[in-house]
Amino acid sequence: MNQNFHPFVIPFMLGVIFLVIVMIVRLVRWFRMMDKRQRVAVSRNIISFKTLKAIWETIRESLFHRNIFKTNFVLGYMHFCFAFGWLMLIVMGKVEEIFASGKIFTEPWLGIFFKYFEPIGEHYPLQGFFAFVMDLLLLFVLSGLILAFIKRSRSTILGLRKTTNHSPIDRTALTALWLIFPLRLFSESITASYKGNGGFLTQTIGNWLSVLPVETIELPAWWAYSIALCVFFALMPFTRYMHIFTEVLLIFLRKWKVVESAEKTGYTFIELYSCSRCGICIDTCQINSAANINNTQAVYFIRDVREEQLQDEIADNCLMCNRCTNACPVGIEQTQIRRIYRRKKGFDSEKLYDYIKPEAPKDAQAKVLYFAGCMSHLTPGIITAMKQILDNAKIDYHFLDEDKSICCGRPLKQQGFLEQANALMRKNSELINNAGGTVLVTSCPICYNSFAKDYNLSIPVMHHSQYIEQLLNEGKLKVSKKKELRIAYHDPCEISRGHNIYESPRNIITKVGELIPAGNEKDDSLCCGGSLANTIINPEQLTAIRNQTLDTLCINHPDILATSCPLCKKSFQRGGNTIKVMDIAELIALD
Amino acid sequence: MNIVDCIIIGGGPAGMEAANRLTDQGFQVLLFEKEPELGGKLRQWDKLFPDFTLAQDILKMLNDNIASNKLEIKTGNTIRELRQSTDEGNSKEWEVIDGNGESHRARTVLITTGFDFFDATRKEEYGYGIYPNVITSVELEEQLKNGKIEIASNSKNDPNIAFIQCVGSRDEKVGNHYCSRNCCICAVKQAIEVKELLPQSEVTCYYMDLRMFGQSYEELYRKAQQEFRVNFIRGRVSEISPTLENRVILKAEDTLLSRPIRATVDLVVLMVGMEPSETTAQLSKSLNMSDPYGYIASKNSYTADNETQHKGLFVAGTAKRQLAIPDVIRDADAAAFTIAKHLKNGK
Repeated sequence: MNQNFHPFVIPFMLGVIFLVIVMIVRLVRWFRMMDKRQRVAVSRNIISFKTLKAIWETIRESLFHRNIFKTNFVLGYMHFCFAFGWLMLIVMGKVEEIFASGKIFTEPWLGIFFKYFEPIGEHYPLQGFFAFVMDLLLLFVLSGLILAFIKRSRSTILGLRKTTNHSPIDRTALTALWLIFPLRLFSESITASYKGNGGFLTQTIGNWLSVLPVETIELPAWWAYSIALCVFFALMPFTRYMHIFTEVLLIFLRKWKVVESAEKTGYTFIELYSCSRCGICIDTCQINSAANINNTQAVYFIRDVREEQLQDEIADNCLMCNRCTNACPVGIEQTQIRRIYRRKKGFDSEKLYDYIKPEAPKDAQAKVLYFAGCMSHLTPGIITAMKQILDNAKIDYHFLDEDKSICCGRPLKQQGFLEQANALMRKNSELINNAGGTVLVTSCPICYNSFAKDYNLSIPVMHHSQYIEQLLNEGKLKVSKKKELRIAYHDPCEISRGHNIYESPRNIITKVGELIPAGNEKDDSLCCGGSLANTIINPEQLTAIRNQTLDTLCINHPDILATSCPLCKKSFQRGGNTIKVMDIAELIALD
Repeated sequence: MNIVDCIIIGGGPAGMEAANRLTDQGFQVLLFEKEPELGGKLRQWDKLFPDFTLAQDILKMLNDNIASNKLEIKTGNTIRELRQSTDEGNSKEWEVIDGNGESHRARTVLITTGFDFFDATRKEEYGYGIYPNVITSVELEEQLKNGKIEIASNSKNDPNIAFIQCVGSRDEKVGNHYCSRNCCICAVKQAIEVKELLPQSEVTCYYMDLRMFGQSYEELYRKAQQEFRVNFIRGRVSEISPTLENRVILKAEDTLLSRPIRATVDLVVLMVGMEPSETTAQLSKSLNMSDPYGYIASKNSYTADNETQHKGLFVAGTAKRQLAIPDVIRDADAAAFTIAKHLKNGK
């Protein structure tokens, strides 16, 4: 028999072959499911500088896990140990084997089981060095394993309040993965105990183990190691560990400018299968931390989609605040995927606004179009302030939705009524484009996001925080004197994470009073509890979310809580006046 | 230290009536009121539903009884704390720390701290505090008392006046699921009074349901429609916006006709609901006897409605739930009876 073969390598090889076949089948399927736009993006960008960037990012993220390191150092180290450590074990194993055999193409399992097949008494270059490095790498992986074990049993030690609750198949794969490295250590140590080919770790342990009947234990140990590998590889495509490959693919596709489409595509599946179920999204989610619901977060939603057991109640129970997308180390666009899976039939919105006819307004020459939005109509203080500001700055404006208006469509879109939302958007575009004007200013971040991202308008769109800032900078609007006011600012999700508008409202506040720090600022901002995107959660749970947010916003006891969203203002006001809530427009109009 | 038989916290109708009934029976009573005068919210009211009895007549009767009885009253005094006496062996006693930091002891305590009106600025869509012609039912009552209704708009036509029901009641968005019970009939009463003062005005009442459960309520509602031509539209107002003539436009849906409606009006009256008063909410929380809204939960609303889960601590009136004046006075009588029984048995 070939001295480089032993039947115990068969399970390992079967596992690897199975994995490769499944991966190829999936890849082909996903690429065929991509829509035309996505395929064009791939073919256009595949041979370009972008590919090099993708390689660099793969190294940075998939090997070194820079993003997780930033979120949580210990967690980053843990992932780094597994990904980088294991890859290096495989690579260095291969190199070691090449050095030993002097051949480049050898049996594929040799590097994995090298210690067993290493001939006794033969010497090759750098033998001692390899023995040392391989042991060091194994030790490195094992240190990550210990952390993983602690994370499973006591997640708080690693700074995670909640860790993912995994399904049985994930737990089986996890057990196999955890067994691989101790089994490797054990097998190599046993072999080293009589071959003397171990490094500082395996040789030491091997010497202790030599009291045992090593010849009888040796083969079963290697069998066990091979079977653990087999189980892990065979389960991999069906578990969270699929992310190890898919994530790399995702990085490349993203660099090639492939984006989610409104429909389910192959790219959606690549995103879904890139989720490692690390559970970082659970802690960021207020539905967990304030409302105590623990089965609806991105990780569970994605798992349910993958296992084809998604229920509407899970898909719909999300604030769509994008906090988790922001925190996701892989950057999965869960909000967009959720929108795809929320697709609902329902009613016909085509005729809803037939009573509003697109016609040129009387003051068609107005340069500025002001669109308050439905939520501002429910918070008339903001409209009153905006009118006052526009009048004070002597702006020639036309109030587009003063009397009648068509919904911007975003609430419907968020809730999964895409066709209905599209019908409204078509009508509204017609209305806006007919009105003339050179710029569209809106007081509502929801409308703003919709106009800026989903509409194809002929004029630029500004949120009123940007517009007021511009008026102040141009000197058209003057603030007489700073007041003795301590003001905290709440970033509304739709313009903060949605559009990175962080400084404009803050610049306005500093002109009126003193801007004081609050908890969870900027892209880490929390939800006001007014989310229009969640149709499942009840008012009491929304209240819990709002109170949690108010508490962190008011840690420094501001006189006024400012925001720039009518919905946020309304939500904060509802519960009673523990703190005065004002829109930034009202702050300026105070003057 | 002198230990009185009963300390009553809150000198509104409930507190006054209970104080009278207890002193009638020879018990020693100490009454606290945070305002400079007794009478509570009754003092802000002109006439009472459903028979237009003058609020001041009821107040006078209560005050006359107080004057003829020998009891100690501390007005302008907001209590700081209510607790079970810490002295050993005297755990049955209650201790009240008053606004001046003085300690008072009693064998029993009756809480009659009542309600507050819902703060209408929390429903910003109605424009209260933003448009001068949006007022609350409390402010209208004040105007009725003065016999003159102020219309802020510049319109020369006969005024349109709208009443909006359920402002802060039956509204899960502001966290109040309950019905405040008094606003429906109060709007009917006020609408009639408005029509009497301004016969040419058009008065419309926007409601979700009209709950005419009390004696003579239904009759008054019928009278408002037949004799006074008050309009009633089933539909909740969604938003109010201003016009150039200082009037306001309200948008609603007529849910009987399934049709959106808009009306331009000169005066909007918000029928503000009831919420536990600050002291009620404070006491119910500190003594762990709060219902979901901060009212004080009685021990058993069927059989022990004036008792609380704490021995020697009693409750009456709108500190418990939404009640009208006659119910409050009857409840105070019942509380006095229960307290008297407790005091006699305790000896």
